[in-house]
Amino acid sequence: MKQHPALRVLYVIIPVLVSLAVTSALVIAVGESPFEVFEKLWEGAFRNTESVAGVVNFWIPLALACMGLIITFTAGLWNIGMEGQIMMGALFASWAARTIQLPPELLVPIELIIAALGGAFWGFVVGVLKTRFGVHEIFGGVGLNALVSVYAIYLISGPWRQPEGGNAQSTEPFPANALLNPMSDVFPVSLIALLITVAAILVVIWILRGTRWGLNLKATGKNPRSALLLGVPTTRSTLSAFMACGLLAGLAGAYRVLFTYDSLRPNVSGGIGFLALLVVLLVGIRPLWAPIIAFVFAAILAGSTRLRVSLQLDSSLAGVLQGTLVLVVLLFNGLRQRLTEARPASAAPAAHTSSTVSAPTSGSEGAAS
Amino acid sequence: MSRKPLLSLALVGVLLLTAVMPAVAQDEVVFGIVLVGPENDRGWSQAHYEGGLYVEENLPGSRMVFFPSLNPADAPETTLNDVVQNMVDEGAQIIFTASDAFEEDTVAVAESFPDVTFINISGDDVLAGEAPANVGNMMGQMEWGKLIAGCAAGLSTQTGNIGYLGPLINGETRRLASSAYLGARYCYGLNGGNPEELNFTVTWIGFWFNIPGVTLDPTEETNSFYDNGADVVISGIDTPEVIQIAAQRAGNGEAVLALPYDFEGACELGPEVCLGVPYFHWGPSYLDMIGSVADGTWEQSWDWLGPDWSDINNPDTTNIGFRLGDALSEENAATLNQFIADLAAFATNPFVPDAFALWQGPLSLQDGTELAAEGQLVDVLDVWYLPQLIQGMVGASQ
Repeated sequence: MKQHPALRVLYVIIPVLVSLAVTSALVIAVGESPFEVFEKLWEGAFRNTESVAGVVNFWIPLALACMGLIITFTAGLWNIGMEGQIMMGALFASWAARTIQLPPELLVPIELIIAALGGAFWGFVVGVLKTRFGVHEIFGGVGLNALVSVYAIYLISGPWRQPEGGNAQSTEPFPANALLNPMSDVFPVSLIALLITVAAILVVIWILRGTRWGLNLKATGKNPRSALLLGVPTTRSTLSAFMACGLLAGLAGAYRVLFTYDSLRPNVSGGIGFLALLVVLLVGIRPLWAPIIAFVFAAILAGSTRLRVSLQLDSSLAGVLQGTLVLVVLLFNGLRQRLTEARPASAAPAAHTSSTVSAPTSGSEGAAS
Repeated sequence: MSRKPLLSLALVGVLLLTAVMPAVAQDEVVFGIVLVGPENDRGWSQAHYEGGLYVEENLPGSRMVFFPSLNPADAPETTLNDVVQNMVDEGAQIIFTASDAFEEDTVAVAESFPDVTFINISGDDVLAGEAPANVGNMMGQMEWGKLIAGCAAGLSTQTGNIGYLGPLINGETRRLASSAYLGARYCYGLNGGNPEELNFTVTWIGFWFNIPGVTLDPTEETNSFYDNGADVVISGIDTPEVIQIAAQRAGNGEAVLALPYDFEGACELGPEVCLGVPYFHWGPSYLDMIGSVADGTWEQSWDWLGPDWSDINNPDTTNIGFRLGDALSEENAATLNQFIADLAAFATNPFVPDAFALWQGPLSLQDGTELAAEGQLVDVLDVWYLPQLIQGMVGASQ
């Protein structure tokens, strides 16, 4: 039984209003006007084409990361290693940009492919640790994040350091032909990256809706043991989910070094992987919503720059807004689930919501294989 | 589904957009400061922020806009370009990018904003001839401050073992750590120690401040200095972990001492262990720069600004200073004041060429290369671009 459409919209709007109210209360508590705060946020994100480009430039890697996580979440996996996979993509892209000398129309695709492979490789390692060695992906992911982060620092301050010496902040800027180009001065966004991101969103939606692989991922995610008994290759599903996710993460990493910055820097992934986890947690495994919520988050964050500059308010307020949003939505979903469970007739949609809260379950296919 | 919510949202959007009008008064001077750390870090970034406050107080009609913690870890969603765009929208005519971390980006961004003046702190693009016409460089001659800090450490150490907590390794940090060493070595001798036996160890954490998981942990490294026999630790990083740890350990009855860095008020975090603090005082130089941009007389320059030797703590004239700490014994305080007076005499002596005191041969670099022969003064630009630590120090040069 379908819910009334208006009711569904309400389920989205109420948590948003509640979190706006909570944030407003916080703003009032520090003696500022919430209206001014939201106005500055809006201005920061949407005052002109350049500022919109700023939002899009943060959205591109975030959306790629979200779509990757949608795949692993569907397969019931907590891919905390996302951050490291982004970083790995950045590392591989940087290696290509520093090493390969080709005209840009050849070099850029090669860099992106190499970055995607780098991310996929790091995802594969998480997957093998899980399926072969029984290391839970959360622990494996955290370890691999740290490893690649330290290795990047080593490269930046060691073998890849600038010729004039000691600068632990970045490698030398890559040559111009190795960088992604903005499509115009008034809207400085990389067209290739934008197209790839849109394509990635569509492909992930299609995979999950209409392919056998998508079905296998879902089965693995819902109940790995029975999926295995029913003939679903769960180990292969797990590995392929990690690799597909890593692939998109790698592209996100490439974008960070080839467009956002022009060199490899420590922490170039900037927590985008964790933010993407938050987004996917918020939308459950509904792939269409992920890029939309990612855009809202990107807008809030990019807008918060103006919050700092104009009102001198700490822009962690943007983080607070996001945090409360996620919390309230999760709370609200739980509440809604209870309410609908109380009415047995509408139990079906409730099962759907529950996936929001508990989408990834710790799979046991590692033991099974 | 009703279209009303969408419609009203769009309406609100349009209203907000029209509300976005430049809010700059006619004769207002707006200046921007971009910080790499938080504005209340009790260190490097706060010193710049307070410089901005000084300008607001002393230049009628001036207004500061600032952006704290611009680095990929704390603000992944924004870049120097975005921040500058926002500041220019606020009316900023001059923007200080207050970190070595912004040196390259400043040059790139400056080219997109030719009407705005940019001052990169601690950079050398102007000196190297690589800066666009609207970029200037500025730095304080902290070498003097570090000589004094090193002297305070050399006078006060009982174990003959001094630690120096450095940030990342570059020309600036090498020459500052080396200045501290030269001061320490000299003053250790003044109190009867053998300068050759002074143990001076530098540990680099890897960045200007702690980034968990990325840099070495300054807290741990400070503790490690004290655990390994150092009784004085000199801070060279942006944040005040050294003095905080020293204060904690002193609370447990240990005889430890510390010298924080950058920010005039840093001793307040542990007055009982503080030998003093060499600090930057950006106010007067910021004021000059902003004034010259406002009246159209600004010219590109690379400025390396020293203290006001008539009073290195004069708030209206000095660019760097040194505040003596409570933990300095009366006798050592007197020696240190005499040392400062000697430095002043050296620096203001018209017959001495432009040079830093104690940067005088025989001096060698860590690998044995001669830096200056007996009696010869090291050229100031050779100090600026110091390629290695000075021989006698323990620690990495690269």
